[in-house]
Amino acid sequence: MLCKRTNHPPGWSFCVFWVVSVGSMQRETNFRDDVAKVAVRAVNILSRVASRGSGTVIGGRVGLRIAPDLLENLARGRDVVLVSGTNGKTTTTAMIATGWGGPVATNDTGSNMREGLVAALVASKSRSVALEVDEAWLSDVARATRPKVIALLNLSRDQLDRANEVRQIAERWRALLADLTDVMVVANANDPLVVYAAELAPKVSWCDVPTPWTTDAVSCPHCTKPLNFVGGSWSSECGFAKPQVLVTTDGGPLVVRGAQLDLDLQLPGAFNEANAAMALTALSFVDVDLQGALERVNALSSVAGRFSLRTWRGHQLRLLLAKNPAGFSSMLLTLKSDGADVWAAINARVADGRDPSWLYDVPFELLRGHRVYCFGDRRLDLATRLDYANVTYVVVTDESALPVSSDVVNVLANYTAFQEWRARTKPC
Amino acid sequence: MASEDEAVLTIALIYPELLGTYGDGGNALVLAERARRRGFEAEVVNVGIDDEVPDAAIYLLGGGEDGPQRLGADLLRASSFAARVRDGNFVFAVCAGLQLLGTTFCVEGNDEYEGLGLVDASTARGETRSVGELVVRVDGRALVGFENHGGRTTLGADVEALGAVEVGKGNDGAIDGFRTPGVWATYAHGPVLAMNPWFADKVLARALGRELEPLVTIADQLYDERVTSLAR
Repeated sequence: MLCKRTNHPPGWSFCVFWVVSVGSMQRETNFRDDVAKVAVRAVNILSRVASRGSGTVIGGRVGLRIAPDLLENLARGRDVVLVSGTNGKTTTTAMIATGWGGPVATNDTGSNMREGLVAALVASKSRSVALEVDEAWLSDVARATRPKVIALLNLSRDQLDRANEVRQIAERWRALLADLTDVMVVANANDPLVVYAAELAPKVSWCDVPTPWTTDAVSCPHCTKPLNFVGGSWSSECGFAKPQVLVTTDGGPLVVRGAQLDLDLQLPGAFNEANAAMALTALSFVDVDLQGALERVNALSSVAGRFSLRTWRGHQLRLLLAKNPAGFSSMLLTLKSDGADVWAAINARVADGRDPSWLYDVPFELLRGHRVYCFGDRRLDLATRLDYANVTYVVVTDESALPVSSDVVNVLANYTAFQEWRARTKPC
Repeated sequence: MASEDEAVLTIALIYPELLGTYGDGGNALVLAERARRRGFEAEVVNVGIDDEVPDAAIYLLGGGEDGPQRLGADLLRASSFAARVRDGNFVFAVCAGLQLLGTTFCVEGNDEYEGLGLVDASTARGETRSVGELVVRVDGRALVGFENHGGRTTLGADVEALGAVEVGKGNDGAIDGFRTPGVWATYAHGPVLAMNPWFADKVLARALGRELEPLVTIADQLYDERVTSLAR
């Protein structure tokens, strides 16, 4: 089931529901929670049996109808770590869950709004909880789950038809974090919009991690004057500037709160080093032994099918999810300039964002020298983009005619296209 | 083909870091490539926020969020842009770019922020945000694109719309954009020129001041596919 961003957070206050769960309502509410939990499990099993999807959203939705404060009650007394940001949520959350060791309740299906989180917390009673949260839902979810740590990765343009203002999200985060006084915020110091969002939080651990995409933070969120980016730092005329960092990758070894960690990831790319630095920092605030966590994170080779080797009709494929300009740019930089064929699949369905304009924010010129096979509902949009970039392309109309290579072919796909390729391929 | 003494076609992309939210830079790429493939020399100049506005055959303005749109309008007002346009330099604008060329537009808390006043067009806050496919009938052909804006634009009595809206909202649900001798604009944001090669060539012909030979590219198939899909 495609479950990312199909609606927006409700406008109601968490407190309203808190009131009904105390005093004389206690017994009834607990019973109601129990009924709701059973309903979540039952509906999710039915959904999976009926092949209507991976079965996480629908059950959560039913449970929340029965007990609206189910998420609050399920999260109480647990060690919750939330992860949000435009790119890297799923991978960073997987790194936290893996690095933590032992059983961890986590939404590894990618269902990252209230319903999906409820389903994850019903599925596992573990005290350790690692949840990725949709950017627009973070305030709602953080007020409900009272996390120990919130990791904020980055903010950039994504799904332009829906979240039309990246800065509005930053404003909403800022209001939230000024309000939640008992949470440790682990925040990317190289993303000015993230710094703006987190600067009022009482406890912040600023991370100096690779962040190549700052196109959405050209003007200062405070005074709107241009931001100056110089030598790994940034500042504004009004005094708003990159904060002092506690965690750094700094080209050399990763240092988390004074501890030097030898990062040697199986997952490719500088963006995954950034994700790992943020994940390990988050884990340091829930009392996890960092050396053990590091070994487990280093060994991680695939996340929710991403980066995994798959087979399909005799082809060996590596599936790479790339769904917005920042993510796509990072992924293109991981490809070797060996001239190997690349497959790329683009859709523009609701879960992808209906507007494929972002293709023109991706530096597809990096693919010159490769031949790119274009798949997906919007393959002609992709082919046109590649044509104007002077990249050799093939619009795929007959999939049986694709040349079979003995080498692994990289498949770049945006959200729903990635899900399709994951479904049609098998693990190697 | 262009003659030997043909000057370079300069395409100035205005403040892409402010007005480029929706891949709008694609329009510059499309114009430059379509000119080059016909033998013209073409150059895209990214005009940054610290740069002087240069002389150019065409200025491109894209879409942007409220804060950047306001900053863009302020910087352009302080520059030679308006004078150069009045002198005859050509402008193609989309989305927020369209709004700031007019007399007033809405931004953040201000419902009547002063625009550049190059066109008699004022933009009020629309009742709802307009997000979705946009199809506009321009000179008898469908212009297809995507819109995402909160504005409702009213044109002065003497200002011609770019075309009639067939799908979506455009200025007000009936018409989209405007077309004066020196300024063309539409709410179809992003790489609207990539999706509409025939319209890209109209813009290019206007910038070059000459008729163009037809050019066949994959974009023709994309255009046909979009028109068919939106007509369903």
